[in-house]
Amino acid sequence: MLKEIKALIDKEIRLELRQKYALNGMLLYIVSTVYVCYLSFRLKSNQIDKLTWNTLFWIILLFTAMNAIAKSFTQERFGRLLYYYTLASPVGIILSKIIYNTILMLVLALVGFGVYAVVMGNPVEDMGIYLLSIVLGAVGFSSTLTMVAGIASKAENSATLMAILSFPIIIPMLIMLLKISKNALDGLDRGSSLDEILTLLAIDGIVLVLSVILFPYLWRS
Amino acid sequence: MKNNWYKFLAVGLLYYVLIWGFLGRIPRQPVLHETARNLYFHVPMWFGMFTMLSVSVWNSIKYLRSPQTLFDTKAAEYASTGILFGIVGIATGSIWARYTWGAWWTNDVKLNGAAIGLLIYFAYIILRGSFNDEQQRARISAIYNIFAVALLIPLLIILPRMTDSLHPGNGGNPGFKPMDTEHTMRIVFYPACLGWICLGYWITNLRLRLKNLEQIHQENS
Repeated sequence: MLKEIKALIDKEIRLELRQKYALNGMLLYIVSTVYVCYLSFRLKSNQIDKLTWNTLFWIILLFTAMNAIAKSFTQERFGRLLYYYTLASPVGIILSKIIYNTILMLVLALVGFGVYAVVMGNPVEDMGIYLLSIVLGAVGFSSTLTMVAGIASKAENSATLMAILSFPIIIPMLIMLLKISKNALDGLDRGSSLDEILTLLAIDGIVLVLSVILFPYLWRS
Repeated sequence: MKNNWYKFLAVGLLYYVLIWGFLGRIPRQPVLHETARNLYFHVPMWFGMFTMLSVSVWNSIKYLRSPQTLFDTKAAEYASTGILFGIVGIATGSIWARYTWGAWWTNDVKLNGAAIGLLIYFAYIILRGSFNDEQQRARISAIYNIFAVALLIPLLIILPRMTDSLHPGNGGNPGFKPMDTEHTMRIVFYPACLGWICLGYWITNLRLRLKNLEQIHQENS
């Protein structure tokens, strides 16, 4: 099982590196989005308050995640999916996709945060917790969106569906993330965001377990 | 006759609620005054919605366990009745809020939860619409139904307990429970919940029978 997952992740990474334009495209996507935000805000004034800074960052991350993960089931041809179907177990496939997407999201989120902090200024006071919230966010976004991408890929018009299916169910996660990162931004005592971190871990756990249970049904079709 | 007891129950209980809800005595409370009677109409909508949606999810689970069209139709129809209850609940709440809080819509956790729940089920309806193949539609919408509800639970159960709400009985606002010493409200409220749920069941049953007839008509023509 572990071997299978490892082999599948290996395959995903190799596929990604072989088509570099996709990865570079996503990196450019997040960088240019950050720059668009920077220019749009600079027109008004040089200072934006912390709340806006934080919310804007998470909105950018959410949209980047949507774009990066939406293609995880559509980039491969039908024949090849059928081939995997005969080779691997569905649980192995969903776990490998989630792990791979998490790695991808972590890279994108950290690069995005770097660029964002450079151009928009960096008011974060408790860097450790802020990075932790980014990591938790990457895990949560990628696991939820991977499952939704699987659902949306089966339907026609999957780009719109991806957005409308995932936005409402990602909101609880986003609210928690915004709270944790706002606490870190203000440099509050670390104990104050413990509740949110635990809730977030619980939500991530629910998503993982459900994905493992439900994906076999999705894969069969 | 034997199978129609719930219809009589619904009509009887709702007549009782209409008459006694407007004529019965209620405890005098600041701010709320007579608007507290909305308890008999607004709050049961949420009980009704939760019941309908739970039945819908239950049918989705049953569909995944044994794929029969009946379960899928039931899941879809209970979800639409749930949406109807949700819309009426938001409408009654909004009108009430205009007169007690002074605004049609406020940034309250319960309002947000209700709105997100509705968004999820609108997305569910749109997802159903985007398939041509019946079996695929049934299976994939069942998967989304279960996945979305599992993520909605933390939003509806955990978040409201972490933040204050403007609703009566929350965050230091007067509720009816401690004031209702003579049980004048309770004897209307509980029948109201039951009555509205019976009505929801009735509506759904009518729609299911209509669907069934349509199908027979299609097969014959």
